[in-house]
Amino acid sequence: MSAATGAAGAAPADASPERTLEGALARLAPRLGAGATGVADLVRLSGGASQETWAFRLTGPEPRDLILRRRPDQARPGKEDLPLATEAAMIRLAAARGVPEPRVLHVLSPEEGAGEGFVMTRVEGETIGPKILKAPELESAREKFAPQCGRILAAIHAIEPGDIALETRTAESTLKKMVDDHAEFGQDRPVFELALRWLRENMPETPPLRLCHGDFRLGNLMMDETGVNAVLDWEGCHIGDPHADLAWLCVGSWRFGGEQPVGGMGPREELWEAYEAAGGGWVDRHAARWWEVAGNLRWGVIIEWMGGWIRAGADASVERHVIARRASEIELLLLADLTGREI
Amino acid sequence: MREYPAAEDLLGAVARFLKEEAAPNLPPRESFDARVAANAVEMVRRQIMAGAEREAERARLEALLGREGDLDDLTADLAAKVREGEMDLTTPGLADHLWRTTMDKLAVDQPRFAPYRRARAAEA
Repeated sequence: MSAATGAAGAAPADASPERTLEGALARLAPRLGAGATGVADLVRLSGGASQETWAFRLTGPEPRDLILRRRPDQARPGKEDLPLATEAAMIRLAAARGVPEPRVLHVLSPEEGAGEGFVMTRVEGETIGPKILKAPELESAREKFAPQCGRILAAIHAIEPGDIALETRTAESTLKKMVDDHAEFGQDRPVFELALRWLRENMPETPPLRLCHGDFRLGNLMMDETGVNAVLDWEGCHIGDPHADLAWLCVGSWRFGGEQPVGGMGPREELWEAYEAAGGGWVDRHAARWWEVAGNLRWGVIIEWMGGWIRAGADASVERHVIARRASEIELLLLADLTGREI
Repeated sequence: MREYPAAEDLLGAVARFLKEEAAPNLPPRESFDARVAANAVEMVRRQIMAGAEREAERARLEALLGREGDLDDLTADLAAKVREGEMDLTTPGLADHLWRTTMDKLAVDQPRFAPYRRARAAEA
């Protein structure tokens, strides 16, 4: 298993763009490793709807496996994209704070002909949620998952982004964006309207805003026997309410069948207590609940965006069509929460 | 009199072909897509077979809203009333209607979704 490996595994890409990319990476090879002579075994890995992830091997006296993240060509309406150079900078800042990360080796320039993106080391581990929840060798990693995530999030929220330009998101702006996106891309859903009203009537206090990962959940957390060994996919990072990250990890769709709230693996209290103990700041329990309801609804609205991609002709895949039918699972989670049902 | 095999039988045969014959004989990426396609076909099959639930949903909406109409139109009306605050979870029948409707949707869209299965088990 490797960085950003999705359910489909490796996929052969169109021959000509792949050869162009391989040529560009081969020219870049000496800058990726001392004495490197070229690249081999370039394959596109699936997973990641708005970014392409490629694996390749650096050849020469010290061969090593690397990962390229780059922007695909198709426009995806409704999705705000962070420049990949910013994502690379965030990974470096997080690594400096002790967050488990791959090492960023090179940020691409346009004249290098490999597109917009960056090259990083390949970390070995599991990213697929259902496998993380079942793999026997990950049992001890699962037991400490919730507190480990609390400590990692405390470290992420302590990052000072300096002069890196990042969007600011508050509870108000998050709610407004969901209302607007649901109206633009979605369909009539009385359950979503109930959740939107609940959110409007129960706005949390605004704590000091911090750097947030923005997509901290199973699927973006690589695990091995030692626990989380890489935090991936920084494209959603922003300045915001730290409760947003704490709650997003608990959204029902990221539990993959597990009954515990934190990634299906642990109780919320373990996450919160470890976060507070690691200096992350006091966790406002009401804000955490608000952001979890908001997180569930946000995933529902993102699913509605995907319907927008299909309508716009940007994604004709069967997989996208099937995922776009998953808004009903969010209706179930929201309705259960709002009516006090444990499911 | 419906012709045999019916639509749901044809779709069942297509899903079985995709899963059991096409998927094992395709490269990894296409094999994955074939299994996803089988799931999509099975979803359509379940939706066709769920006609009675859709009619019950429409009847509940007519009772809630006190007027006749088609399913999309009535659902839009209910969404607007919730949005405007004219109806909420204290409205008699609303919570039950939404729960039944949502459970029926999951039965079509994702019958294997773990929270849905737990909710079904709790109802049984």
